Amino acid sequence: MIDGILTGLATAFGIGNLLMVVAGCLIGTFIGMLPGLGPMSIIAIMIPVAIQIGDPAAALILLAGVYYGAIFGGSTSSILINAPGVAGTVATAFDGYPLARRGQAGKALTVAAIASFSGGTIGAILLMGFAPGLATVALLFHSAEYFALMVVGLAAIAAFAGSGQVAKALMMTVLGVMLATVGESALFNAPRYTFGIRDLQSGISFITLAMALFALPEALYLVLNPKRAQQGGKGEGRIANLRITRGEAREIAPVIGRQSLQGFFVGVMPGAGATIASFLGYAVERNIAKGEDRARFGKGSLKGLAAPETANNAACTGSFVPLLTLGIPGSGTTAILLGALIALNVAPGPRLMVDNPSVFWAVIISMYLGNVVLLILNLPLIPYIAKLLEVPRNYLIPFILFFTMMGSYIGQNNATELLLLTGMGVVATVMRMAGFPLAPMLIGFILGPLLEDNFARAMNLTDGVRFMWERPMTAVLLVFAVVLVFLPTIRGGLARLGRRGAAGGG
Amino acid sequence: MTLERAIAGIFVVVCLVYGYTAFVVMEAGLLPFERNMTFLPNVLPKWLSVIGVAVGAAVLVQSGPGADAEGESDGIDVRRLRQYKLGQAVLLLVLMVAYALLLRPVGFVTTTTLFLVLASAALGERRFAVLVPVSVLAAFLIWYLVQQVLGIFLRPWPWFV
Repeated sequence: MIDGILTGLATAFGIGNLLMVVAGCLIGTFIGMLPGLGPMSIIAIMIPVAIQIGDPAAALILLAGVYYGAIFGGSTSSILINAPGVAGTVATAFDGYPLARRGQAGKALTVAAIASFSGGTIGAILLMGFAPGLATVALLFHSAEYFALMVVGLAAIAAFAGSGQVAKALMMTVLGVMLATVGESALFNAPRYTFGIRDLQSGISFITLAMALFALPEALYLVLNPKRAQQGGKGEGRIANLRITRGEAREIAPVIGRQSLQGFFVGVMPGAGATIASFLGYAVERNIAKGEDRARFGKGSLKGLAAPETANNAACTGSFVPLLTLGIPGSGTTAILLGALIALNVAPGPRLMVDNPSVFWAVIISMYLGNVVLLILNLPLIPYIAKLLEVPRNYLIPFILFFTMMGSYIGQNNATELLLLTGMGVVATVMRMAGFPLAPMLIGFILGPLLEDNFARAMNLTDGVRFMWERPMTAVLLVFAVVLVFLPTIRGGLARLGRRGAAGGG
Repeated sequence: MTLERAIAGIFVVVCLVYGYTAFVVMEAGLLPFERNMTFLPNVLPKWLSVIGVAVGAAVLVQSGPGADAEGESDGIDVRRLRQYKLGQAVLLLVLMVAYALLLRPVGFVTTTTLFLVLASAALGERRFAVLVPVSVLAAFLIWYLVQQVLGIFLRPWPWFV
């Protein structure tokens, strides 16, 4: 292993590869900042460039840098304009955007930068130590367990919605999964729910839905209520406030520690990835927090910002474990990386460490480098990035609307997508006015196809739904999901009973 | 009836239609050999429609009279919607639909410039000497980036040019 690390160090510290890290991070950050262009599209665009390079180590280092940069850039747009360019940074907007509106955009970006850096670095250390061993954990999972795991994920997302919101969040989750069934189904290629519209055959694009749920309602809110923009417009104070105090650092340190570990392990599990890690991280930290601390979640809590930021970066690193050791991509993004590796004549899998140790270790070493580059790159740039908020409303809103439309148009290259975007955006705005949480819908939508795939496979293997109770791990996970959904209701009911009892007795 | 209950009610209706499609329409469209298969395209929709109706009903029950005032914490009070700039919002949405319909035939640079100028004007911008150059420049720059750097084809000009 020491030999491998040394080879990796020698490769990663070559001038060419160092440049690759810097270039990858820069490209990723800037493109990732644009709402709608997620890491998947950026990496897909960069693949021809990477193949031109020819050296698999350098190519993978470049692509990994782009991946990190994109997640990092995505959190910047989440914080500043509430338009997450990447699903993994949706949770970042929950607390990051309220902070920006309070005039603390600088502080929010600093916390995000530090959390990302720590999550990524700790993740890289864990990857180095655990990579070979951890892969066996993921190997124990079959499609039945994956199905159950996703049900748990969806239930957890509904459960984290807060008291009185669980049913609403659950409703939005179901709606999201329902939208995901539009288009061709798992194992079959017959179209469903397309109303005869050919453009719907490949389903609704994730980017269009993300834009319709987050960017568009926010822009419409800005239009409806011009005072809203002014609430956060305390110009100069914002950037001066770049530093965080020692007390604040102490507040977020345990969060970063916990979420680095949790995020990494979530990332290792195929199908989970950065998005679930960030939501789960947010939910867990919200549940751990007590009293006033907890009430601040969603209103600009530093903990609520640090948790998803740490978790998604740790998970990005974690998702490299199954890719590098098993050749199984843990997420859509690593799936694209897998394609790139194969094109470069490298077969990822258990033999990668033996046959191409320089590739394996150079990628891991460059992950540390990438994190350092991101920290050095983003912190000094923060004041310039925060200037985005000073653009007058009359210019900002048309541009947000335009970027929203570009994001969904470029992905699919058809105009039907733009009509869908507008229609769903209006519906989402009305739902938001009625107090329905929108994030669960997007998660349901993202997990929907994976859920159905694994459901289909599990059903085919056991010739029905017997797998739900015949496989102990699946059964335990499903029971856990049910408990998660009903726990807040039961707790709320008990509390009400208690109050009524006290009122009756008093 | 509150907006929350109305949305939950609509959701239940959507689930019923969705379920009808899964249980009846898609079932009838199955090929003979498919009937013996364990997993079919309408299996998940069947489950979803049942769960959806249950959850929608739960929201309907929970949001009965005495439910919290809607969305106030979020900055927009639905009951006083007319006090907000509803006209501007509707105008922008109309512009977005027009953009979607005109993008292909009229070309990217033209449509984008028009959209940016008209949307800003709709929001009350009157300094056209600044607005028009900014819009033209932005449209060109983004077209250049997307088409030349990223290599995604976007027709810049109307079909007759």
